[in-house]
Amino acid sequence: MKDTPAQSSPIITLENVEKYYGDYHALRGISAEIGQGEFFSLLGPSGCGKTTLLRTIAGFEALSSGRLTIDGRDMAGVPANKRPTNMVFQSYAIFPHLSVAENVGFGLRRAPLSKAEKARAVGEALEMVGLAGYGARAAHALSGGQRQRVALARALILKPKVLLLDEPLSALDKKLREQMQLELRRLQRQVGITFILVTHDQEEALIMSDRIAVMFEGQIAQLDAPQMLYRRPVTRQVGEFIGVMNFLPARATMTDQDHIEVEASGLGRAVIGPDQVPGGFHPGQTASVGIRPETMSILFAGETTDRRVATGIVEDRAYYGDMTYYEVRLEGVERPMTISMKNLVGRPVLDRGAEARVAWDAGSLVLFA
Amino acid sequence: MKTLRVYAILYLCFLYAPIALLPIFAFNDGTIIAFPLRGFTLEWFRELAEIPALHEAVGNSLMIAVFSSLLATVLGICAARAGTRFEFPGKKGILGLIMLPLVLPEIIVAVSLLVVLLQLGLSLGAWSVILGHVLICMPFSIAILNASFQSLDVALEEAAIDLGETRLSSFRLITLPLVMPGIISSLLIAFTISLDEFIIAFFLTGTEPTLPVYLWGQLRFPQKIPVVMALGTLLVVASVILLTLAEYFRRRGAARTGQADSGGFL
Repeated sequence: MKDTPAQSSPIITLENVEKYYGDYHALRGISAEIGQGEFFSLLGPSGCGKTTLLRTIAGFEALSSGRLTIDGRDMAGVPANKRPTNMVFQSYAIFPHLSVAENVGFGLRRAPLSKAEKARAVGEALEMVGLAGYGARAAHALSGGQRQRVALARALILKPKVLLLDEPLSALDKKLREQMQLELRRLQRQVGITFILVTHDQEEALIMSDRIAVMFEGQIAQLDAPQMLYRRPVTRQVGEFIGVMNFLPARATMTDQDHIEVEASGLGRAVIGPDQVPGGFHPGQTASVGIRPETMSILFAGETTDRRVATGIVEDRAYYGDMTYYEVRLEGVERPMTISMKNLVGRPVLDRGAEARVAWDAGSLVLFA
Repeated sequence: MKTLRVYAILYLCFLYAPIALLPIFAFNDGTIIAFPLRGFTLEWFRELAEIPALHEAVGNSLMIAVFSSLLATVLGICAARAGTRFEFPGKKGILGLIMLPLVLPEIIVAVSLLVVLLQLGLSLGAWSVILGHVLICMPFSIAILNASFQSLDVALEEAAIDLGETRLSSFRLITLPLVMPGIISSLLIAFTISLDEFIIAFFLTGTEPTLPVYLWGQLRFPQKIPVVMALGTLLVVASVILLTLAEYFRRRGAARTGQADSGGFL
C-alpha cells in the first residue's frame, strides 16, 4: 500500500535524504512530503533517526545526499538562521540570563520594528500561550510547563512556515503532558502553521497528528494517518510499536484478485480483502496475522454471537478498573494472546484457568508477509 | 573528637601564623624582626613609597600579570569550548597535556624554557616571563572555564542561531554573558598566580625584575626587612581580595545558570 499523501500542497519535500556520521548511516533514503498546515509527527524508538531528520530540516545538520526543499526553496547551503523554520528544543533552551519578555522577543532583534511594535508582538505571543503578564519574570524562575510555553511563544513570534518540536513534552509529568497535548493541537489549528513533532510516545503521536511517519533504523517504515497506522500497519514491527497487537502464525493463498484465504493457527480459516495486507501480498513466504486486543471479545456463559468463535483457556488477567486484560491461550497456539474487555455493568470477570470463547471478525485481521 | 579539633587548630596555626607575623612586624618600630615589639609605626610603608626600583618592579609585575591573565583566559576559553563542545581525535590526550603544568615542578618548566629561549638566541625580558606564566596559569583557567562551559546547554546557542543570529553573534549574546563569571574568575586567579610567581620570573626575567624577584634580592640587606614585611602585607591583602572576588563571581555564575555548586578552588 502506498503512503497516505498530504491533504494540502507540500511545504516540505524530502527526496532520498541520506545522512552519515562517519560510518554510521543515520538516515537511509528518506522521501516524504509534508503538507501546508499539517500536524506531522516523526515517531520511532530512540536512535531511529527522527531527531536527526528534524535537525536536518532545521539546518543544524547538513545532508550527506538528497534534496530538501522548504516552501519551494532548495535548502542546500542555507544555514539554520536563514531558514523559515523555528524550533522548540527538548530542553527548551530558555536563555537563563534574560527575562521572559526578552526570551520571547529574541528573534525580533533584527526585525525592522519599533520598540513599541516589538513589545506588542511579545505581548501577543505571551497571551497566545497563556502567559500574559509574565513578561517581566526571570526565565530561570519558571516551572517546567511555563518554560515550555515560553519556548513555544519564542519560536512562534517569527511566524515561521514550519515549527519543529523536539520531544517537547517528554520532560513534563503525565497530567501536564496530557493537557499540553490538547493545547498544542489547539494552538496549531489557531496559527495554521505546519508543526513537525518528534516523539517516541506512540499515544502522543496518535492523539495529536494529522499524519505520522514511523521510523526504524533511519528509514520511514510507514507514513499514514493515525487510524490507518493503527488499523493497517504495513509490517509486524509497526504493528508492535503502535499499541498492542497479537500475532499468530498463518498460511495464506490468494484465490483471486480481491480475496485471500488465510489459515491462522488458533483462529482457523478466513477470507480477507487485499486492503488487509497493507504490506503487500507475497505468496509462498511464511506469514503471520495480527489482531488488536479490543477487536476481539470473550463470550460469557449463555451469550451467543454470529461472529467467528475460537476457544481457549484464560492464562492470566489484569484488572484495570475500566478494563480487564486477558491473556488467553487459544487451542493449538503456543503464545497466549491479549484480549481487552470493557467492564460493563453485570459483566463478570473470568478467573485464571477458566475456559474462554473468543469472538472475532475476519475484517480485523491484518496479514503480514 | 577532641584530638581532631586540637589537630585542626594546630594545622591552621601552622598555615597562617607566618602570614599573621607579616603585618605585625610591618607595623613594628624596629629594624630587628624579633619579639618584644617596640611600638607602632607607619615608617616602613612610607619608605615603600620612596624606592624607584621597587616601583619599577611593581610596574613590571602588574604588566606581566595583566598580559598573562588575559592570554591564559583567552586561550582557556578556546580550549574549554573545544573540550566541552566538540569531539576530535586525541582530545583526551591533548587536554591532559594542557593540564600537565599543574603538577609539573615549576623549576623544571623554568629551566627548560630558559634553555630553549637561549638556544634560540632570544633575549629575555617581560615577554618571556609572560610566556612562562601563561603556561602555568592555563590549567587553572581551563579548569574554571570548563566548569562554566559544561554547565551550559548546547541547545542555547543553537536556539539563538535558530532565531536568526549568526554563530558569532549567538556566542556573544548567549554564551559569553553566561560564562562571564567564569571568565572574570579565571582572569583574577591567573592575575594572582602571575603576580606572586617567583621561580619562572627569576629565571626568565632578564634585567627587569618582577616584584617577587626584587623582594628576594632585598632579603640580603637586614635593614630592608621591615620594608619587605610591609610590602608582603600589602601583597597578602591584595591576593585575598582578588581570590575572594574570583570565588564570588564563580558562585554567582553557578547560581545564575541554575547549576549545583560543584566546588572550585576556594
